[in-house]
Amino acid sequence: MDANLIVFIILAVVAVGSALGMLLNKNAVYSALFLILNFATVAVLYIILGAPFIAMTQVTVYAGAIMVLFLFVIMLLGAEELAGATKIDWQKPAAVVLGVLLLAELIVVIFFRETVFAEFAELTDFGSPAQIGRVLFNEYLLPFEITAFLLLAAMIGAIVIARRVRQSPSKRES
Amino acid sequence: MLESYYPIAILIGITVGLGILVMGLGHWFGPRRPTQRKNAPYESGMMPYGPGTRQMPIRFYLVAVLFILFDVEVIFLFPWAVVYRELGLFGVIEMAIFIFILLVGFIYALKKGAFEWE
Amino acid sequence: MSGYGIEDLVYILPIVFLLVWALVLVLVEAFTKRPDVTMLLAAFGLLAAVTLSVIQFGTEATAFKEMLTVDGYAVFVYMLVLASGLLSLGLAYDYNRRMGWARGEYYILMLFSIAGAMLMASAANLIVVFLALELLSIPLYVMAAFVPNDASSEEAGLKYFLLGAFAGGFVLYGVALIYGATGATNLMDVVAAALGTNSPVMLLTGAALILVGLGFKVALVPFHMWTPDVYQGAPTPVTAYMAVVAKAGGFAALFRVFIAAFPSVSADLTPVIATLVVLTLVVGNVAALAQKNIKRMLAYSSISHAGFLMMAFVTYGSALYADAVTSLLFYLLAFTVTSFGSWAVVIALEKAEGKGLDFEDYAGLGKKYPMLSAAMLVFLLSFAGVPPTLGFAGKFFLFRTVLEAGYAWLAIVGVIMSLVSAFYYLRVVRFMYFEQGDPEVRSEPVLNLVTAITVVGTIFLFLFSGPLLAWASEAVLALI
Repeated sequence: MDANLIVFIILAVVAVGSALGMLLNKNAVYSALFLILNFATVAVLYIILGAPFIAMTQVTVYAGAIMVLFLFVIMLLGAEELAGATKIDWQKPAAVVLGVLLLAELIVVIFFRETVFAEFAELTDFGSPAQIGRVLFNEYLLPFEITAFLLLAAMIGAIVIARRVRQSPSKRES
Repeated sequence: MLESYYPIAILIGITVGLGILVMGLGHWFGPRRPTQRKNAPYESGMMPYGPGTRQMPIRFYLVAVLFILFDVEVIFLFPWAVVYRELGLFGVIEMAIFIFILLVGFIYALKKGAFEWE
Repeated sequence: MSGYGIEDLVYILPIVFLLVWALVLVLVEAFTKRPDVTMLLAAFGLLAAVTLSVIQFGTEATAFKEMLTVDGYAVFVYMLVLASGLLSLGLAYDYNRRMGWARGEYYILMLFSIAGAMLMASAANLIVVFLALELLSIPLYVMAAFVPNDASSEEAGLKYFLLGAFAGGFVLYGVALIYGATGATNLMDVVAAALGTNSPVMLLTGAALILVGLGFKVALVPFHMWTPDVYQGAPTPVTAYMAVVAKAGGFAALFRVFIAAFPSVSADLTPVIATLVVLTLVVGNVAALAQKNIKRMLAYSSISHAGFLMMAFVTYGSALYADAVTSLLFYLLAFTVTSFGSWAVVIALEKAEGKGLDFEDYAGLGKKYPMLSAAMLVFLLSFAGVPPTLGFAGKFFLFRTVLEAGYAWLAIVGVIMSLVSAFYYLRVVRFMYFEQGDPEVRSEPVLNLVTAITVVGTIFLFLFSGPLLAWASEAVLALI
């Protein structure tokens, strides 16, 4: 068997298992930890697909920073132990319908549109950091710099909202 | 194609293995005679009351958000570092602008006391 | 070797200047912590950027490897949003101090979002459209939640943020599908590839998703659910600001993207757009009838104006689109002036903790403050499209274009809905002039100045609507 296939099967099992673990765990912190495992597994899948840069981003930003935020939020709200989530009536039927739709879509794509996969020839080096760097810093200079302003605006916004001046209206009207 | 990742795979394997080994050694060889007192969060400390977890101050959240933003900044440094020889001075300038913009944010955060704990 | 030159910066100098100025203001705010200083500097920056835009008028160029297009259309929108920024500063200046939350960050965030709106007007690449949209939106989320310890403002910010992020996701997914279908994000390459594409479904889906995402930003029905709550909960100057600038940026990008990139799928999309227009007009106007709170009423009214603006889009695949863009820009101008004016009056009557915002609070305004109520009357008439106001000219040109394009039924719907809108605008007039009451108005010099400017603009610009339209159409010529 192909080495890639073996790796893929192992990863697929871990990915599905960790996703289930995340969903079924009652303790939100454990769910978050399962999600980190899931993100890490998906990162390896990206490597198999020839996108190491995305894999790295997945680990650093998602499994790293965003999960830190998740854990903070869980602890901020003191939501480690969920006390029986409120049930929404239409949630289950909707989930079933959407799940079936997704399955149908996957079946169609996998079994009836093989041409899709023919296009994915070995794109060596397409997703490597070097190739992305070349494109990003030559063609996409402007979007890159706009991103900096975006991050700056978000930073200021976060500080404004989190560090409010505690004061009541100075000239309160009757 | 995956060959170049073997070192990383081996490293992950060693790390996980070592973690299991160290914890396993303690588990297998250390004597364990638990009593109710020993299982308390603080042995020979105060008696615990209330839930062990409590709400954390909003400060942590701000730190986490700022961490994400700088993390995204770092992500851009990776592909830049790989090709910066090719880009030459031009590459240095564009990254300098990028970092300067975020540095302004950092200075702002510092001056506004976003990193202070009172 | 880089392929960039100083001319790239020069072409988009108004945007570059504004962003650099915002950076300077961040440092000024960090070190001085004086809101008035930041506010004055922000106003100066906006004025300078307006000047630079005026100089820019007539430039036809692409900058940064065809990421941005600078043409009359873009420069027109630059000036519109910059002027909106100035008017909004005028609204916010006394208000923020009166309410006790004057903070310099407010003005800095506003500069960032104005730069975002300007980038949207110039964006010639779908990636820039997305980034500019976010640069426009993220400061707005924060500004909507700007009131400290106020549940409704926080609710507004959170709602706007969650739904806005969702809409941003729609835009991004649309961009991804278009890239999948055509292999390009640059509008010129997209249109070239779209003609020979073998997957129009994917392209169509992508275009539709962008329509949904930007439709959310400009509050089209059925993507408008957030609008009344956000407009009501946000501080009033922020509401006034986002009602105009988010619309200007959203429509500017939407129109450029659709004309430049998707003429090949216009036959499929035009019925969808026409449906959106009718839905938006009907829901916006009918829901406005039931409102008792002036902010909510103006929120629904702004939804209905988004419907009118969207009317211009039905022509986007036809030869008439140049006229349509002209009337869109003109309507946008009319809406901007009128909208800021009406919000200025709302702010004059507003009191702390969301008081003074019901129709009843306007009772007796005509007797006690004849000038202010006359101004409000002008704005409401302009909203309803009654001459001699700018709003009438805007509707007139718009309906004319729609008629010429062969959408007589749509123009009729538009006229009927204008009549419906007159109903709820005149209800405020009834309260002002025919009900007894004792309203209290604060006389704040900057606010009065904004009211005066907009009221003069609403009538004076109407008299010059011919030359103005010619100017707008000159702005559009470049797009063709």
